[in-house]
Amino acid sequence: MYNEKIKKVLVIGSGPIVIGQAAEFDYSGTQACTALREEGIEVVLANSNPATIQTDLEIADRIYIEPLTAEVLEKIIERERPDSILATVGGQTGLNLSMELHERGILQKYGVKFIGTDAAAIKRGEDREAFNETMRKANVPILPGKMISDYEAAYDFAEKISYPVIVRPSYTLGGSGSGIAYNKQELKSILELAFRLSATHSALIEKCVIGWGEFEYEVVRDHDGNKAIICNMENIDPMGVHTGESIVVAPSQTLSDQDHQMLRSAALRIIEAIGVCGGCNVQFAMNQQTGDYVVIEVNPRLSRSSALASKATGYPIARVAAKIALGQKLYEIKNAITQTSAAFEPALDYVVVKIPRWPFDKFPQADRKIGTQMKSTGEVMAIGRTFEEALQKAMRSLEVKVPKFNYSEHIYPPTDLRLFAILEAFRNGVSIQEINKKTMINLWFLEKILNAVRMEKQIISQPLNRELLRQVKRAGFSDVQIAKLKNTSENEIRKLRKSFGIIPTYKIVDSCAGEFEAITPYFYSTYELENEAKPLQGKKVIVIGSGPIRIGQGIEFDYCCSHASFALREIGVKSIVINNNPETVSTDFDSSDRLYFEPLAFEDVMNIIDNEQPDGVIVQLGGQTSINLASKLAEAGVTILGTHVDGIDIAEDRERFRKLSNDLGILQPANGTATNEKEALAVANKVSYPIVVRPSYVIAGRAMEIVYDDTELKRYINEAVEVSEKRPVLIDKYLDNAIECEVDAISDGKDVFIGGIMQHIEYAGVHSGDANIVLPSLQLDEKTKKTLIEYTNKISKALGTIGFINIQYAVRNNIVYVLEANPRASRTVPYVSKAIGIPLAKIATKVLLGAKLSDFNLKSRQNNYAVKSVVFPFLKLVGSDVRLGPEMRSTGETMGIASNFEMAYYKALLAAGLKITTPGIALLSLKDEDKPYATGLAALLKKLDFKIYGTHGTIKDIEGAHSVPKIGKAEPSGHDILDLIINKKVSLVINTPTKGGRANTDGFKIRRASLEKGIPCITNVNTTFELLKALIELREKNQELEVRHIEEYWQ
Amino acid sequence: MSSDKKAVLVLKDGTIVYGRGFGATATKVGELVFNTSMMGYQEALTDPSYAGQILLMTYPLIGNYGIDTKDKWDSNYSWFESSHVQVEGFAIRELAVQPEHREATADLSTFLNGSNIPGIYDIDTRYLVRHVRNFGVMSAVLATYENGVDVKKLLDELTFKYESINFVEKVTTREPLIFGKENKKTVVLIDYGVKMNIVRELVARKLKVVVLPSFSNEKDIEKYEPAGVVLSNGPGDPVILKDAHETIRQLTNKNYPILGICLGHQLLTHAFGGTTFKLKFGHRGANHPVLNKLTGKIAITTQNHGYATDAIKLPKDLEITHVNMNDGTVEGMRHLSKQILSVQYHPEASPGPRDSKYLFDEFMKIL
Repeated sequence: MYNEKIKKVLVIGSGPIVIGQAAEFDYSGTQACTALREEGIEVVLANSNPATIQTDLEIADRIYIEPLTAEVLEKIIERERPDSILATVGGQTGLNLSMELHERGILQKYGVKFIGTDAAAIKRGEDREAFNETMRKANVPILPGKMISDYEAAYDFAEKISYPVIVRPSYTLGGSGSGIAYNKQELKSILELAFRLSATHSALIEKCVIGWGEFEYEVVRDHDGNKAIICNMENIDPMGVHTGESIVVAPSQTLSDQDHQMLRSAALRIIEAIGVCGGCNVQFAMNQQTGDYVVIEVNPRLSRSSALASKATGYPIARVAAKIALGQKLYEIKNAITQTSAAFEPALDYVVVKIPRWPFDKFPQADRKIGTQMKSTGEVMAIGRTFEEALQKAMRSLEVKVPKFNYSEHIYPPTDLRLFAILEAFRNGVSIQEINKKTMINLWFLEKILNAVRMEKQIISQPLNRELLRQVKRAGFSDVQIAKLKNTSENEIRKLRKSFGIIPTYKIVDSCAGEFEAITPYFYSTYELENEAKPLQGKKVIVIGSGPIRIGQGIEFDYCCSHASFALREIGVKSIVINNNPETVSTDFDSSDRLYFEPLAFEDVMNIIDNEQPDGVIVQLGGQTSINLASKLAEAGVTILGTHVDGIDIAEDRERFRKLSNDLGILQPANGTATNEKEALAVANKVSYPIVVRPSYVIAGRAMEIVYDDTELKRYINEAVEVSEKRPVLIDKYLDNAIECEVDAISDGKDVFIGGIMQHIEYAGVHSGDANIVLPSLQLDEKTKKTLIEYTNKISKALGTIGFINIQYAVRNNIVYVLEANPRASRTVPYVSKAIGIPLAKIATKVLLGAKLSDFNLKSRQNNYAVKSVVFPFLKLVGSDVRLGPEMRSTGETMGIASNFEMAYYKALLAAGLKITTPGIALLSLKDEDKPYATGLAALLKKLDFKIYGTHGTIKDIEGAHSVPKIGKAEPSGHDILDLIINKKVSLVINTPTKGGRANTDGFKIRRASLEKGIPCITNVNTTFELLKALIELREKNQELEVRHIEEYWQ
Repeated sequence: MSSDKKAVLVLKDGTIVYGRGFGATATKVGELVFNTSMMGYQEALTDPSYAGQILLMTYPLIGNYGIDTKDKWDSNYSWFESSHVQVEGFAIRELAVQPEHREATADLSTFLNGSNIPGIYDIDTRYLVRHVRNFGVMSAVLATYENGVDVKKLLDELTFKYESINFVEKVTTREPLIFGKENKKTVVLIDYGVKMNIVRELVARKLKVVVLPSFSNEKDIEKYEPAGVVLSNGPGDPVILKDAHETIRQLTNKNYPILGICLGHQLLTHAFGGTTFKLKFGHRGANHPVLNKLTGKIAITTQNHGYATDAIKLPKDLEITHVNMNDGTVEGMRHLSKQILSVQYHPEASPGPRDSKYLFDEFMKIL
C-alpha cells in the first residue's frame, strides 16, 4: 500500500564523524536504505565517509563517495534523476543539505520530491519562529524566546525576560555555538560565535530553565496521522546540559503516569501539528516541583536519540520511518520482533542507561565543563534489571580511567567527571540533599547512586557470603570492583562467585516485556532465575566489538566488526556480536545471529563465552578494546582466531618488537624504553633529540609527544604520564622530514595480501589517524615499494599473523624504517577497501575461519587516486589548540576519489569542510624550522592571487609581502596579527606551531582565533604545499569537480 | 533493603518463587496476571477490575514516585481509581524505598500494609511473565512471612477458582452515588467495578453521573430518567452475571443510548446473545494498538481484561468497530440500529494513553 510513484530515492548521509554526529546516522541510514530496497525502490546514496556500512555495495544501488555540498549533490541528481529524496536519515547534515537543495530550487528543477517528512514540516520543526507559532496552535507551552539577529535587540530582550538566558543558533548541530549567559558580557561573546555558525546569522534567545527535569519522547507518525511513542527517556543531568552530554535513562523513572501522559499527549499533538511523516524527537523540560512543562525543541528527523531509543526498545525506528515515507500506514508495517504490528508502544522490562564518552583524555588543555554544547564523541549504553546495574555496566563500558581529582570541582558546574565526582562525594559523606541543591539532579537518582556507595561499604565491611555477593552482582558491581574493595584479585572473586553458583542469566530485549513470543536474538545479562539465551546451535564465532566512538577508535572498527558478522553468515557460521555502543550498525540485532549488548570488560565477555561455548573469538577487528582482551581470554582457555596472542604481544611490546626487527634486519628509528626520568634522559641522549615519547600500550597515540630537549623530556615524564616499572615510556628517535607510509595487509599464514601502500601527505610525526593519506602512494619509487612489500611479508610471517596486520613505516633518503606494527584491523581498512574495491574485513574474517587468500581473486580494482582526509573537533572544545602532532585528535574521516591526485585531495578536503576562497589575503606565520619553506609557499600563493601578509621573520625574504606586527606589538592605532584575524581581513591562515604543547602562545591564539572566525587555518607545511599545488593544478586545467559512483572508479 | 520480611509465590502448577516481602504480612490467593504498563501502579492497584487477582508488573522498578494518598478517590484529581486497593497481592522486581514526587505522601510498602495486602519483590518477574504467557493465567498464592512457611500446605490448599466467583457483587457500590450534581443532563453508570476516571470523564463533559449498584434493575435505573446509560468495567467472567445480561437487554429494549466499557462491553455481547471466551493470558497494559475500522486509524490503548467477545458468534445486530492489532480480537462494537457503543479497552486511560477520550465525545453525541 505505498505510493507507486516512488521508484528511485536519494538518501544523503551525514559525512565524517564529528562531535554531535557520529555513527548513529550510518545505522539509521543503512536501516532506511535496506527498508526502501525491500520494497523494490532503487536507492542512490551519497556520503563522503568511507567508513560507513551504507556506502557498501550491498546497501544501496548507487553509491557516491563524494563531498556533501549542494553543488556536488546537484551533479548526482543530474546524473541519477531520482524522483524522491529522503531528507531525514542523514542527521543535521543530510537535513540541511536537503533544505538547501530545496531552497535553491534544485529539487524542483529536477522534479525531486521529499518523501516522508517534507520541507514545510522540517521548517516548522527547525525554524524557531515557525516552531513557536506551531506550538501555540498545538496548545503546547514554550519558553519565552525570540529570534534575534543583532546585538542590541538581544540585550533588550534578555533584560526583558531576565538572565540567565540560553542562546541557540538556528540550523546548527549538537548545540554548536549555543550557551547560557548570566549577564550582558557573556551574552555578547556567545552571540559572536552563534551568529557566525548559524546558516541564517540568527539565534534564538530563550529564558533558561536550568535545573528543570529534561525528558525526551521518540515518536513516529504516518501520513494518516497514526502515531505512537516508541520510547520516553529521562536525562539524569537536568536542563542546562545538552541531552547528548547527559546521562540518560529509559524509560523515565521519576514521572507519575499523570506526568507521563501529559507529556505523551503533548508530544503527539506536536508531531501532528508539525506534520512529521516518519520519526521525530521531542524534548521537554518539566519543573518537577510544580508539574509545569515546556517543549524545548523538536528534531523532525532521525537523531542520536532515535538510535538510542531503537536500541533501548528493540524497535527499528529508521526502518519504520522509511516505510512510512513510502506511504505505508503504521499498522501495515510489521514489528519484525514479535510479528505483530509496528503500531504499538514498546514496553520495557529493564532499565537502560546511556553515558556519553568525552575526548578530554586527548585534549588536556580543553575546558572539561559540559553544558549546552556537545563535546562528547560517542556514548555507551547498558541494560540491567535495576538502575544500579545498568548504571554500573555503562560506567565500565566507558573504558575510562578516572584521573586523580578533587571531586568538589566537578559537580557544579558539571564536567565529564560529574558522575564519578558524585560517587566520590558520597564516599566522603556528602549528603544527597547537598548534591541535589548544587546539581538539581532528581533525588531519586541520587538515592540510587548513594545506594551503590552503601553497597561498596557493605562489601568492605562484611564477609562476602552468597547473599551479599548475589545482591551486589544484581546491583551491577563487577568482579574487578569487588576485588578492589576486598583487596583481592578478579580471578578470586570470579571463582568465589561461580562456587556460589552466581552466574549471569541473559534476557531478551523483545519490545513487549515478554507479552509475546519474540525471536529477537538481542540479549543483555543480569543476575536472575531464568536464562533465555540457550547456546546457539552449530558452528559459531564471537566478534568482540569496539565500544564507544572515541578519538582513535571510531566507526571504522564497528565497520570491520559488522563486516565480520556478515562474512560469517556468508560462510554459514553463526555470528555473535558483543558490543555496547548504541549508535552503530554492529549493535543492530539484524546484523548478527545473536547480539549481546554488554560491557567489553573481561568478566562480561568471558561470561558470554561460558554461556555460548563458541568455536572461536575474533579480537582483531574491534580496535584496541578487543585486542587488549586477547591475552586474558587466551589464558582462560578461549580459542582466539587468527594471530596467536604471542604474536600480538610481540607487536605490542616495544622491546620484543625491536628484537624482532633486528633479527629480520629491518631498521627502526633508534629507540629504547625507560621506567624513570634518569633512564629516559639516558636513552634520549643516546638516540639524540628530537625524540618521540609515549607510554606503552596506548590507543591512538595518547599522551604521545615530540620532545626536543632535556627540559621538555623532564616535564613530560613528571607531568604528562605515569611512569613505572610496569608502565615504561617508549622513546624513539624522531625522523624529521621523512615520508610516512603504511600498509594494511591480510595474511593467511602462507601468503600475504597487501591492500595498499598508503602514503601520508604530512611528514612522519603527525599521527597516522590525523594525516591526510593518499593511495596509491605518490613519492615512493619502485625499489622502496618492493622493500615495503618485502618487510610486510617478513614481519607478518615472523609474528605468525593470521588475519589483519597494519604496519607503519617511515622512508628517509630511500631508507625504510619500520615504526610500528598493529596485529589487527586498522582505521584505514574501510578506506582502503573502498579505494581498491575489495571488502578486506570480510576476506580477513574468512581467512580467520580457515580460508586461504588464494581462494579469493584478490586483485585491486583501483583505477584512480583516493585521498583520505580528516576532521577535527577543535571548534567544539574550547581551549584546545589547533595543531597536528603525534597524538591523534581527529574525530572522523572523508574520502575523495578522482583520476588525479590533486582533484582527489581537493575533494577530500572539501568533504572535510575546508573551503578556500581566492583571491584574498593569506597570513603566514611559520615556526623557525619551517621558515625556509616560506618563499616556496609564497610563490604558490601568488599564483593563486593571494596577497601575502605575515610576521616579519617568516616573510622577510618574500617579495611584496606585507609585514604584520606580532600580538600586542602594533601601534596604538594599528592592527596586530590577531586583529587581522578577528576582523576577518584574511581568508587563509598558515601557521605551523612550535614545539611543545602549551596554550597561550601567540601561535595558539592565532590558530584559535582563525577557527572561531571560520577562517581556514592550516598547520602543516606539507599539507599546505600539496593543497596549494592541487588548487593551482585544478585552476590551470580549468578542471571541474566531477562525480562518479563508486563502481565507476574501479576497474 | 529495609525489610527482612520474606515472601513466596506459589502457582497452581507447582511453580514456586521465593523473594522478599513487603506490604502486609498475609497470605492471599488470586489469579496471577501481568501488566506491561511502565507507570501507573497506584491506578492499577486500585482498579476494581483486578479484584481476585495477584498483579505482576513487568516493569522492574515499582514505587519510584510513591503513592498519593492526599487526593481522595472521589475527587476530580487523584491517582486512585477506587477507594482502596483491589488486588489480592502485588509481585514486582524491585521495590522503591525512597520514592520521590511532589504529589507523593506515602511509599508503596506502607500503603499496601495499610490495605492488608502482601507484596513480593526481588524475584525474576520476567520469568513469571513468560511462564504465564506460555501456560496461561493460573491461580496462585502469595504469602509474606517473618519466620517460616509451609509451601506444600499453601499449594495443597490452593483451591481458588477465579472463573466461578462473582467479584462484581463484592466491588460494586451498595448505595447510589451521585457525581456532578450541579449538571443537568443525567447518565446512569452501572457500577460493575467502575474506575473513577470514567466518572471524571463524564462529569468533565457536564453530565450528572448517577452511579448505581450492579444489581440495579431496569426500574431502579428508569427512576433517574437518564439520557443514557454507561456500563462500567469490572472483574470476573461475564458469563456468570446472568442478572446483568437481563437488565441490559431490557435497557436496550427501552432504547437508552448505551456506552459499554470493558466488562460492560462483554455484558452487552451477552445481552444480545453473543458469547465471550477467556484469553490465555489476557490483555493488561497501556500499549495495545487498536484499529478503529470506521476511521481507519489506530489508537494506543489501555487494556485490562481476561475475556473477550467472540467475533465468530457475534450477534447479527452488532458490528465490530474496533479490532486489536496484536491478536485480532474484538475491541469495540456498535449496534446497527440503536444508539449503542462499546469498547473492550479503557478510553478513560488512567493509567495509560489518553488517545481514546474521543469515545466519550462520541457518547455525548448520541445522548
